[in-house]
Amino acid sequence: MKTAGDKMDVMLPLSIGTKQAWSKDRYSAGSQVTFKVGICLLALLVTSIAFAQVQARDLNESVLDILIKWTPLMAKGFSFNLLISALAMLIGTVAGLFLGFARISLMAPVRGTSWIMVQFFRNSPWLVLLFLVMFLMPFEFHFAGYTIPFPDWIKATLGLALPIMANFAEIVRGAVQSISTTQWEAARSLAFTRRQILWQIILPQCVKRMLPPWMNWYAILTMATTLASIVGVSEVMTVVGRIIAAEGRTELLIPIYSYILLWFFIYCYPIALITKRLELRFAER
Amino acid sequence: MHYFENWFKWLYQTHGIKLSIFYDSYDRTRFFKGLVTTLELSAYCLVLSLILGALIVLLLGSRSIIVKRCTNGFVQFFRNTPPLVQLYFFYFAIGPLLPKIDGTPILGSMGWAVVSLSLLEAAFVAEIFRAGIEAVPKAMTEAAKSLGYTRLQIFRLIVLPLAVRITIPAMTNNVVNLVKATTLAYAIAVPELLYMSSQIWSEQTNVTEMMIAILITYLIIISFVTLAMHLLEKRLRVPGFGQ
Repeated sequence: MKTAGDKMDVMLPLSIGTKQAWSKDRYSAGSQVTFKVGICLLALLVTSIAFAQVQARDLNESVLDILIKWTPLMAKGFSFNLLISALAMLIGTVAGLFLGFARISLMAPVRGTSWIMVQFFRNSPWLVLLFLVMFLMPFEFHFAGYTIPFPDWIKATLGLALPIMANFAEIVRGAVQSISTTQWEAARSLAFTRRQILWQIILPQCVKRMLPPWMNWYAILTMATTLASIVGVSEVMTVVGRIIAAEGRTELLIPIYSYILLWFFIYCYPIALITKRLELRFAER
Repeated sequence: MHYFENWFKWLYQTHGIKLSIFYDSYDRTRFFKGLVTTLELSAYCLVLSLILGALIVLLLGSRSIIVKRCTNGFVQFFRNTPPLVQLYFFYFAIGPLLPKIDGTPILGSMGWAVVSLSLLEAAFVAEIFRAGIEAVPKAMTEAAKSLGYTRLQIFRLIVLPLAVRITIPAMTNNVVNLVKATTLAYAIAVPELLYMSSQIWSEQTNVTEMMIAILITYLIIISFVTLAMHLLEKRLRVPGFGQ
């Protein structure tokens, strides 16, 4: 599937036979592996638990017990990550849709401005954008006599939504441009307005093409939510740090970190697999 | 130079725009040190990830199923877990296990950042390489085979030169992502651009100005990377392909 920003045109003839297998975005799934990877990770966890167990024979609490003991707390932190990722994705998608429309606007100034916005947010590091939003946005708004609080996790969500917005705008633009011109012409000859064509004819056809890269970005975003811990939002990595501090045992470091890696893997890997499968299915048509 | 510094001082005194990195020599040195560290980190990771990525592709093509599965597992692991957690895992969990020489660890925060980001990037580079090799038309290798080339010759003289050219656009994306990923090293106190800037803004309380300064700096770095890769792409273009 051709997504925006690939700039692959130079080599087009070479790619004909391959359906651009190599032009897919970063972080999308690779070749088909089964759950063996998960099993490998689980093996890592188990061995590290065993090692830690051997090292800490004299302590009465086993590593597995400790992991189980802290699981509810970690689950709470992790669900907060998921909440942030879902909200950021929602905001990013809606904003990105309109930014994508601005990219194909008929008005040159709108096109130019949106191009600058997209380039700016796509090419800036996520962490810097997060800092930008965290520091430069007020922690509360005064509106019509009311004070609307603006907690830091909402700011972090907005910060994470910015790169999603820019990347989704490019996905929208790529998808709209991949719909054949005859669709536009046919709709125009039926006296649809430009807005109607875009919303009722072009966009519904784009959904299928936008879905795989969109899911891909959701997986990337979920992994990026851990960045929020750096700017002081207490999500799962903060929880992990506190657990390690509370236990104060160095042999716990590897089990706990592998444990949380496993959580993310279990959440993100199926998304990558489904993305891959959808990509293949849509490419065949 | 003197005039330049004075202008920024004037800008601060009259308009309150405090770009201390342009007139304060201490801040300037810190900022440039951070910039150099970011570039160094990117360069090390790029070279290491290319080597490791090529190695992974070789292993993926291995005849042994176990080697293949393990390599694939490695790639999937690094692609589907948060880079920040990987960095923490290496620095906080694996780091203390390594032996120390004269009380100092073998790998400092910079070293672990290089290791962690290189492994992460290697997983992506491997996918790009693999796809690039697969994208070489079958007809090419068949033609070469019929001309009596050996397997190694086909790979070295036909597949590899074409595959390298095919991968360049995807590689451009990857290098850009690598430069962006170096900001993660901030979390383990590697003195790179973001870390140095955060020190400057907490001392000078000029968050807005520093934010804009580093964003523009990153955009400049990335524009240079993209430009260089486009030039390379043009340079290596095979006549008869594309427009």
